[in-house]
Amino acid sequence: MKKQVLALVMAAVMAGSLTACGSSAADTTTAAQAATTAQAEEKKEETETETEAAGDEDGVLVMATNAEFPPYEYHDGGEIVGIDVEIAEAIAEKLGKTLEVEDIAFDSIIPEIQSGKADFGAAGMTVDEDRLKNVDFSDPYTTASQVIIVKEDSDIAGPDDLSGKYIGVQLGTTGDIYATDYEEEGSTIERYNKGFEAVQAMLQGKIDAVVIDIEPAKVFVSQNEGIKILDEALTVEEYAIAVKKGNTELLEQINGALAELKDSGELQAIIDKYISAE
Amino acid sequence: MSDKFRADFYQNFIEDDRWKYMVNGLGNTIKITFFAVLLGIVLGFLVALIRSTYEKTRKLWFLDMLCRVYLTVIRGTPVLIQLMIIYFVVFGSMRIDKVLVSVLAFGINSGAYVAEIFRSGIMSIDNGQFEAGRSLGFNYRQTMFYIVTPQAFKNVLPALGNEFIVLLKETSVAGYIAIQELTKGADIIRSRTYNAYMPLLAAGAIYLVMVMIFTHFVQKLERRLRNSDH
Repeated sequence: MKKQVLALVMAAVMAGSLTACGSSAADTTTAAQAATTAQAEEKKEETETETEAAGDEDGVLVMATNAEFPPYEYHDGGEIVGIDVEIAEAIAEKLGKTLEVEDIAFDSIIPEIQSGKADFGAAGMTVDEDRLKNVDFSDPYTTASQVIIVKEDSDIAGPDDLSGKYIGVQLGTTGDIYATDYEEEGSTIERYNKGFEAVQAMLQGKIDAVVIDIEPAKVFVSQNEGIKILDEALTVEEYAIAVKKGNTELLEQINGALAELKDSGELQAIIDKYISAE
Repeated sequence: MSDKFRADFYQNFIEDDRWKYMVNGLGNTIKITFFAVLLGIVLGFLVALIRSTYEKTRKLWFLDMLCRVYLTVIRGTPVLIQLMIIYFVVFGSMRIDKVLVSVLAFGINSGAYVAEIFRSGIMSIDNGQFEAGRSLGFNYRQTMFYIVTPQAFKNVLPALGNEFIVLLKETSVAGYIAIQELTKGADIIRSRTYNAYMPLLAAGAIYLVMVMIFTHFVQKLERRLRNSDH
């Protein structure tokens, strides 16, 4: 009897792992196809989206994010919360849809949008040229800076002092892209999977500085003694929502909802709720 | 299709010299694997000798106990946890070369598996071989080194080769401590180009080729050792 149960469980596990493999294989092919037929699809989208409202027909908007980026998105007691999540909820409400948040790796967000598994991505994403090749961006909803965190006794006083140093970043973030420019000046860039790991490495003296977005930086500094944010930011940039290239209908709906939220002051209220609370 | 392929290839590997991420990563992967294999063999061999000596002669009980704790702990926890413990806890507050950290983590991890492989090899040699050595006037150590281990090595070679293939591929988790090995190299490109299949397929192909080359040499060695049977 016991053996039968065990066999059953193992069979279930194997079946589960098989489907897991299957779907991920399908992802890559659909992503590849989406890439190869991007232009063809653009035309198709225009006709399709006229009948099809934003997102799915069943009234669900799927948002892709990486919930390790406080205060924009993070896990809080089993739920994903944060500025981006609340803004997305407000937008979904305006469009008469329910929001579904999908937590994935940051560098998988754009492929997820391209393959159509997510309707849009809101993850503190900065508009940059490389990303614009792959997705369309809404109007910016907030600005953010890439700042430098150092230990209080550090001799680094500004971006110019970063050359030749060990700089920690989170892989694939804009901080990573900007810090990479310092490689030519003899700096070593250490790309951690998570932002807090870079901060931890700096606290342990393994690296000299961390380049990361200002809001998570504030959280890290408030939670750890002996580190500070430099006054001079590395860069200042704008955050926006990413949608599939050519999905102008959804983009316009999002832009419209964002404009309404901005005018009513709701947008600022959401941002203040998270940022001044720190 | 081929135009698209060429454009993707250009974007992923040529633009901004992105191929360097892969090549530097490959260098680190090879470095980590090579030294971890050496460390694993040394550790594994010592542990196997201690454990089989205890089993045959009931000596070295204290060392045997230490070895058993080592085997239990290392085989009972994921290598990724061990790697992060060595990086963030053991070398908690100092700057340390990450290749060294990885070599230590993967070497110590591999040592535990190699130890059991070697021990199974030593135990597989018939006790008669041992008695023959002793009756010819060899002491325990000489019997072990000149008679038992050479035969044992031949027996465990396939299993050993297998372990090193696993080790080579396992180094792909070293990216967790922000070391730039082959998988991380592909990840960095992926994070820049948002193109999943090209960097990942390239990294996979490079691992595959490395394993194939390695398997070829292990088979050659196996053949050569088998020749001495006749």
